Amino acid sequence: MIMNLTLLVCLLLVAIWTVMTTRLIHAVIGLAITSVTLAIIMNHLNSPLAAVFELSVCAGLIPVIFITTVSFTQRISKKQLRVREKERFIKFWYLPVIIVVAGLLLALFTHAPQITVPPAGAEENVRNVLWNLRHIDLLGQVIVLLAGAFGVVVFFKESGK
Amino acid sequence: MPSLFILVPLLLIVILNLPMKRLRGNIALFTALVLCIVQSLLSLIYLLFKSVHFDPVVPFFTFALSIDRLTLILLCTIGIVSFASLLVAHSTIVNPRQKFIFINLLLIALIGMNTIVLVTDLFSLYVFIEITAVASFVLIAIDKDLHAIEGTFKYLMLSSVATVFMLSSIAFFILVAGGTSFSDVHNSFSGTSDNPFTKIAAGLFLCGLLIKSGLVPFHGWLPDAYSAAPGPVSVLLAGIVTKITGIYTLLRLSTSVFVLNESMQNMLMFIGALSIVLAALAAVTQSDFKRMLAYSSISQVGYIALALGCATPLALAGAVFHFFNHAIAKSLLFVNAASLEKRFATTDMNKLRSFGAKPLVTSVTSLIGFLSAAGMPPLAGFWSKLIIVIALFSAGKTIYASVALLATILTLTYFLSLQTKVFFCKAQTVQPTVSSLPAIAVAEIILAAIAVLIGVCFPFVAYIWFLPLKEILH
Repeated sequence: MIMNLTLLVCLLLVAIWTVMTTRLIHAVIGLAITSVTLAIIMNHLNSPLAAVFELSVCAGLIPVIFITTVSFTQRISKKQLRVREKERFIKFWYLPVIIVVAGLLLALFTHAPQITVPPAGAEENVRNVLWNLRHIDLLGQVIVLLAGAFGVVVFFKESGK
Repeated sequence: MPSLFILVPLLLIVILNLPMKRLRGNIALFTALVLCIVQSLLSLIYLLFKSVHFDPVVPFFTFALSIDRLTLILLCTIGIVSFASLLVAHSTIVNPRQKFIFINLLLIALIGMNTIVLVTDLFSLYVFIEITAVASFVLIAIDKDLHAIEGTFKYLMLSSVATVFMLSSIAFFILVAGGTSFSDVHNSFSGTSDNPFTKIAAGLFLCGLLIKSGLVPFHGWLPDAYSAAPGPVSVLLAGIVTKITGIYTLLRLSTSVFVLNESMQNMLMFIGALSIVLAALAAVTQSDFKRMLAYSSISQVGYIALALGCATPLALAGAVFHFFNHAIAKSLLFVNAASLEKRFATTDMNKLRSFGAKPLVTSVTSLIGFLSAAGMPPLAGFWSKLIIVIALFSAGKTIYASVALLATILTLTYFLSLQTKVFFCKAQTVQPTVSSLPAIAVAEIILAAIAVLIGVCFPFVAYIWFLPLKEILH
């Protein structure tokens, strides 16, 4: 329980930092740390498969793509940075407060209804889940990649000039 | 057998992208056209001859798919609209490389839509809604035009919000139902009727679908996306993509998967009525052909939402019938818009007016499309609207029925003003040299013929195809 709560607080703090920071590169690092924390929580909650995907895709692949994009952008001066940080804080200070208050209210005042959490079955290993239970989603993932590839061709490849 | 609707287009994409230049020209277009025709005809044959018996062809690809009359009608519609879109692309997209990419993306969207109508699992449904959406994003911005990119951006942003809603809903259903298959989800409603999580989950998924359907007040992205997209893409988007990803999914889930309570049904009806009236009022004020059609599309989808909220068997049959008629009429009107855009390089109605007489086929077919969409007898759109209004009256929803009826006058107003502005006018300036566009004319004639035939053969069509649906949906 204490472990879970600590991880949850860590997750919240890192997520807030990710959103509030004005430096793109810090936001990307924050996103990666958020995903790692989430992966640890998922593993703790008996969902190793989700944790592996979270770690590989959200903490690994996506930050790499973001960092590549950020490397094409230009830095702004420190003065501008300070002004923007201040502006952002004034604009959005209430968002993390709302999240924390809503979370506390939910935890304190709602009675969790009866929910059936599926047990972590011994047979539901990765191979079974991907190839037998959810193979149509796997096919879907391949098709999404295909659509993404055509998107890259449309947006980034100049037509032979 | 149902898996062939997914695997054959996928195989075609793989073959077309083999490193052989010969495959990238007209062969790609021709095979895609044949695929669409075969899909439509196959579904039509199964619909007419009731002995629907599907066995898995390849044992490995036994996806959890199901096929019923509603699925067959939709597969047929998807085939027809994709066929029309390909014909428009043949005439309007000049660059062969761009045309080839368009064909591939259309096939990806086709796989997505086919799977959406076939799957029996909430998560798989979400995956393929996303596939169709990703293909649509790229298709809208295929010209890299600034307005089109703005349209794509709006669509992308609102789709992301819809995605968050749908994924949260799926997470709730995994907790409550222990799975995401339609039967698991349905059982979670009957087992624990007072569980707030099931209601929250259903509400969240429906919110996501309302955004995808572009109903008022979630319609912000739709007019920009439709009007900024190139001709063949707006045919595909307005004709079928948003209808399958939004309104069909809403129809399937609200009738056979979720158990909606009365307040949810009332809300659906209210959103439907609001969409009908506000979008029709917005359409009256438009000066751009495609934007007016986009607002008209929101208004017509409102009728389907209204019928879904009413939820009597007759209303549901009317909703499916209107879905089909609207897909055909709206595709036809967007084909006409593409034809005019190609010839006169504008869709502004005031500018179009100055060009004077328009091609005969486009003028006549657009008249058929307008009258069918506005609900004039004996065209197809009249019958489906009539069924919806009768269903609303017999369910005691007199106010909603009156709104649906009165809104028809608004629809007729903006369509007639459009028709007089664009088509019934004398030339004020010199006409540009009009090249003949035979492929577009073929698409226009086929779609107009369907709208007329369905309307004229209404008794046969209604009793054989649409009215038996009420037994399946309940």
